[in-house]
Amino acid sequence: MLLTLSLAVVVAGCGSNNGNNGNAASNAPSSEGATESQGTVDTGGEKVTVNFMHLWPEGVSAGQNKIVNQIIDSYQTEHPNVTIKQEVLDNEQYKSKLKVLSASNQLPDVGVTWAAGFLQPYVEGNLFTPVDDLLSGELNGKFVAGTTEAYAINGKTYALPLEFNIAPVYYNKAIFEKNNLEIPQTYEQFKTVVKTLSDAGVAPIALGNKDRWTGSLWYMYLADRIAGQATLAGAINGSSSFTDEGLMKAATEVQSLVDVNAFVKGFNGLSNEEAKSEFLNGKAAMYMMGTWELPNFTTNEDIPQEFRDSVGFFKFPTVDGGKGDINSWVGGPGVGLFVSENSKVKDEAKKFVEYFVTKWGEQSVTGAGVIPATKVDTSALELPQLYIDLFNEMNKASSITLFADVQMQASAAETHLNMIQALFGKAATPAKFAEEHDAAIAK
Amino acid sequence: MDKVLSNKKMIALYVLPSLLLILAIVYIPIVLTAYYGLHEWNGIGAMKFVGLDNYQELLKDETFWKSAWHSFMLAIFSGVSLILYLIVAIVLAARIKGANIFRKIYLIPMLLSSVAIAQLWLKIFHPSNGVLNSVLESIGFENPPAWLAEPSIVLYALFVPILWQYAGFYILIYYAALKNIPASLEEAAKIDGASAWQVAWRIKLPLVMEVFKVTIVLAVVGSLKYFDLIFVMTDGGPNGSSEVMASYMYHQAFRAYDFGYGSAIGFFLLVICLIATWLIRKLTASKDTIQYS
Repeated sequence: MLLTLSLAVVVAGCGSNNGNNGNAASNAPSSEGATESQGTVDTGGEKVTVNFMHLWPEGVSAGQNKIVNQIIDSYQTEHPNVTIKQEVLDNEQYKSKLKVLSASNQLPDVGVTWAAGFLQPYVEGNLFTPVDDLLSGELNGKFVAGTTEAYAINGKTYALPLEFNIAPVYYNKAIFEKNNLEIPQTYEQFKTVVKTLSDAGVAPIALGNKDRWTGSLWYMYLADRIAGQATLAGAINGSSSFTDEGLMKAATEVQSLVDVNAFVKGFNGLSNEEAKSEFLNGKAAMYMMGTWELPNFTTNEDIPQEFRDSVGFFKFPTVDGGKGDINSWVGGPGVGLFVSENSKVKDEAKKFVEYFVTKWGEQSVTGAGVIPATKVDTSALELPQLYIDLFNEMNKASSITLFADVQMQASAAETHLNMIQALFGKAATPAKFAEEHDAAIAK
Repeated sequence: MDKVLSNKKMIALYVLPSLLLILAIVYIPIVLTAYYGLHEWNGIGAMKFVGLDNYQELLKDETFWKSAWHSFMLAIFSGVSLILYLIVAIVLAARIKGANIFRKIYLIPMLLSSVAIAQLWLKIFHPSNGVLNSVLESIGFENPPAWLAEPSIVLYALFVPILWQYAGFYILIYYAALKNIPASLEEAAKIDGASAWQVAWRIKLPLVMEVFKVTIVLAVVGSLKYFDLIFVMTDGGPNGSSEVMASYMYHQAFRAYDFGYGSAIGFFLLVICLIATWLIRKLTASKDTIQYS
């Protein structure tokens, strides 16, 4: 433990120097004490306060909150001249406050951001600073492939990801057994499963499409399996059109699933939380959601053991004649850390981010059930089987398509989400769905 | 005391703090909103002046007019429901047995926060485990609708809790106004042989008319800018079929990051509310105000 700690200090000291003056060589072998004195030279030994705003309040995200505090405590012990001042808000409030603070140019030194489309206006407004120097430093090669790219705009990376998620279909083994069902390998089998469950009076799929991005997952997988990952990715980034035959077929397929009552009753009026409780209560047999739900299916004591034991997952089945691959996933990094461009303590802030990301990777899996964006050696950890299986799937992934609403710019994402709800609610035809998407993305 | 209040400086001293406060948090933001509405702005980066483009686009925006129509529907429903509240208040003010308890019962929804009301009604409207559908199923309705998921029903389903929420407020206002009518008027009428109906129609109603007019303005303007229950319960969905002007403004500004357009909607909403107030005042204006004495 002591070794890791002092190693981490070296890592932290080294990385920032790398970025600052390329003076790393002289610093690298320094011990804890030496870094301290070296630090005096670098920062003038002044008392520094780094403001850190995040979204893990104790009540809502107890696990994450504890880890954040542990990391901050140990960082402050190792850097006595640095004080990390936290400001904690919950998710939606956090997003609003970040906007307000940006408008008045008072962003915290370090904060939490989302990828791609969310990030873009902040980068264009010159509010976040590039952190490529950290990436080429000690963190080089530590991230799971494809995670930092989501935070890159015009070749520069503006935040370091903390989480990484993919979305499998969770299913209730007890319900499947009772109806003599097997995990579907092909889409035809999947439709049979849906029909059997529906005939038996069980809601096949829990879907809370009031939140809209939930339905987007289903569309994205159908699009991926029918039209292929490249086509879907192209349409989302605007290089090709949503009127592609395969994509149109995926949209049609969504509506035919609605027709056979695949989703719970009133899904367009249910929130994701409400839909989730249908699955947790054993009223619905399947639920597609990101791996961030894993603690609820494994370690969360508030949910009955019997239910947790009966949750399994499967990969979205392949479609006959489709161009997709069963190992292609929809997913993406969750939140990442940014450093404010106008921070007065940018170097200290970057050091802290580097330290935080490293420590987070070590602690978040076991402590909060988060799948970190940094590589984890699962063999060294004691984890529930469901985690290990999904970790392995992640390593086998042939491609991972970033959640469409995260990837698109805000206004296009809004159109996408609205059209998803309309498509599921049969208020829009697949043709209209495609047309609106192309228009919004081209804007 | 008279001396203090006749001193101009003292008057200024008393009035100034609230005046400054109201300027800072109401009037200046209104001007700023109108100003932001002239820009293309994502809320973060640089603002680009676009003149009246946002307002022009707004006039052609079908979704906006659809949500405006929903707001007007709500205003009409709230306006009409006022008549019902007035009747309830008249009954309650007539010293019937248990009026006191009923008054409190009607008032309770007003004491709940909007989010709590929303959660409560979400449970009632839940498509499979909701109270409403369970009752409907138990009395023989097969496959009752998913209230908040059917585009053709959702708006009306939402009106129920919204009207319910404010019933107590208006009943209380009417109740107070009715209690303010001197008992001597009613007694005199009764001695002259007026029936209960005649007392209500010819004496009480004209005397609370001024209050009624004020509540019409309150109800209509309140409905036009209504936001909270709709935001929590359906978020304007599905497919925008319960979107109102205020939720549309929120979605444009905070979801689509189009602050300029959002501000334009906000300012337009203010203008609509002002016009509505002016119209109502004008239509309900009467030359001779009825006095008690």
